[in-house]
Amino acid sequence: MAKLTFRTDNCKGCGLCVDVCPKKVLQLAPDKINKRGHHPVEAARPDDCIGCGSCAIMCPDFIIKVER
Amino acid sequence: MIVYDKPHALLDVPLHYCPGCLHGVVHKLVAEVIDELGIEGKTIGIAPVGCSVMAYDYFACDMIEAAHGRAPAVATGVKRADPTKVVFTYQGDGDLASIGMAETVHAAARNENITVIFINNAIYGMTGGQMAPTSLVGQVTQTSPYGRDPKLCGYPIRVCELLSELEGPEYLERVTVNSIPHIRAAKKAIKKAFMNQIEGKGFSLIEVVSSCPTNWGMTPQNALKWIEEKMLPYYPLGVYKDRSNGEVKK
Amino acid sequence: MADKVLMKGNEAIAEAAIKAGCRHYFGYPITPQTEVAAYMAKRMPKIGGTFLQAESEIAAINMVYGVASAGLRVMTSSSSPGISLKGEGISYLAGADLPALVVNVQRGGPGLGGIQPSQSDYFQSTRGGGHGDYHMIVLAPSSVQEMAELTVKAFELADKYRMTAMVLADGTMGQMMEPVSLDFDVTPPPEKPWATTGTEMKRKHNIVNSLSLVPEELEKLNIARFERYEQVKQNETRYEEYMMDDAEIAIAAFGIAARVSKNAVNEARKRGVKVGLIRPITLWPFPEAPFKKAAEHVKQIISVELNMGQMIEDVRLASECKVPVTLCNRVGGMIPSPEQVLDAILKASK
Repeated sequence: MAKLTFRTDNCKGCGLCVDVCPKKVLQLAPDKINKRGHHPVEAARPDDCIGCGSCAIMCPDFIIKVER
Repeated sequence: MIVYDKPHALLDVPLHYCPGCLHGVVHKLVAEVIDELGIEGKTIGIAPVGCSVMAYDYFACDMIEAAHGRAPAVATGVKRADPTKVVFTYQGDGDLASIGMAETVHAAARNENITVIFINNAIYGMTGGQMAPTSLVGQVTQTSPYGRDPKLCGYPIRVCELLSELEGPEYLERVTVNSIPHIRAAKKAIKKAFMNQIEGKGFSLIEVVSSCPTNWGMTPQNALKWIEEKMLPYYPLGVYKDRSNGEVKK
Repeated sequence: MADKVLMKGNEAIAEAAIKAGCRHYFGYPITPQTEVAAYMAKRMPKIGGTFLQAESEIAAINMVYGVASAGLRVMTSSSSPGISLKGEGISYLAGADLPALVVNVQRGGPGLGGIQPSQSDYFQSTRGGGHGDYHMIVLAPSSVQEMAELTVKAFELADKYRMTAMVLADGTMGQMMEPVSLDFDVTPPPEKPWATTGTEMKRKHNIVNSLSLVPEELEKLNIARFERYEQVKQNETRYEEYMMDDAEIAIAAFGIAARVSKNAVNEARKRGVKVGLIRPITLWPFPEAPFKKAAEHVKQIISVELNMGQMIEDVRLASECKVPVTLCNRVGGMIPSPEQVLDAILKASK
């Protein structure tokens, strides 16, 4: 089982992680705004995560921790 | 098992960069390499003037802020003060290839035993999007509002190719970070650049073709595509010099 | 009495720097200071030091910045046009509170000017020379012995106050030979816990920096720096008074101009004219006290300079314009003769 943890407050909502995910696990939360004023990333389909780490590798703000 | 987490050599502070700016990706790669080589305690980084000016607040190792373009000269001083230390500079295209070109060329010519991380995103970001020495022909910027016209301001400079003509430098490679495979390759190059220094081989420069979504006026996603479609044809990826392999790309 | 050796002023600076523990020199050739670089090029490799001919004065001062960041004694030297190029780096050294030594063996200007001696960088040196609010400690030798002694002193003061110190000489001082004793006590550098020498994973990272984007913070840094400058003013102001006790006329002169003036003072005294000399040794901080005191008992002060009148402004400020201050000068690489200074004294005595 793969596990994703987000430093949500530091997310800038650029969405690069969303695009790079091969399983379309992530989305920018449409109904949430973090303290920086961005729609932060969230795992919309966490069960589909294969723990490849691509999202974390792409994230410029190192907000994603991936465990497997 | 942890697949990915923030590297230790980066402090847990928010970066000031714009959303989707790839500086953060390159910061991570440098920090991951520092972690993997176990050199944080003896590494000194030199920050430039430009968007990454505040890199000194992000890296956990000792940091020095240099005047615009002078990072290779400052790094020379730091390295000569104690050659057992690991010294890297982190510079943008305006800093390294315009105002600091003399310092860059001469540090390379001396084969100064330092590691240079060069971010080429074809624009001045910090000051709001002016033409850089690496801006492409036709590229619209604040100071080339009708597109870069070579009749007026010449052609963009290919730094790796330029430096590869020098006898001095040990290692020159151009990479990019617009996709996962490219990021993995970039990390390998950066690691080699640090290894070269540790092994006393001399000057290594990794040119990272990067983006500036804000000043390019694009979404971060389109900026990644623009790297692929516009930047890479003019700035081909690859190793331009690797003295230990006797490899010189022409 | 220690043995003396015959040395050029420029060589005395270089050897004294080595005695002071400086093992890193970065420079770029320019007349009339090139002997400093040539001397260092010979000596440094023999004592495990670094001599590096940089690609420009700009690069040289930034290499100095790097070594200073690492906490070691370090120097560069140049002459007037080269010092202008170093101005950027000197400002950054000041902004980052780094200790370093810059030697300026002045030549005539502006622009490319000439290669003969001058004192026309007085303003540039004493006001900082680069952008922003800052000072350097400026030491002005007037003999080869002082070239050596003040070089050592400059390193000590730079370390003590985390400032750039400048030895401000001129083409004559650099080129002339005199017997010099190099037997002096050197205060070793203090601990530098702020230096960027690597964390060794034992402390928080050190940052050497001059950027501060929050105005309130930058203001505080500037004020704190000037509080330190006040300490320098109180503790480190240096000057020589010569025959000032009963003087009715005072000469103000530093460096080579002071040597010439001393001869003129001696000659005038032989003729019964009560004239004395105040020789600032630190140009910044400027020795205000002796001029303030002199203004109480002299009728005129003559500022003898190798420029169009630069130190004269500080002399007027220090003497609070209580007595006339006149200029006796030559420029463009010319040096006032003792006769010219004597004439000025005799004219003032009438």
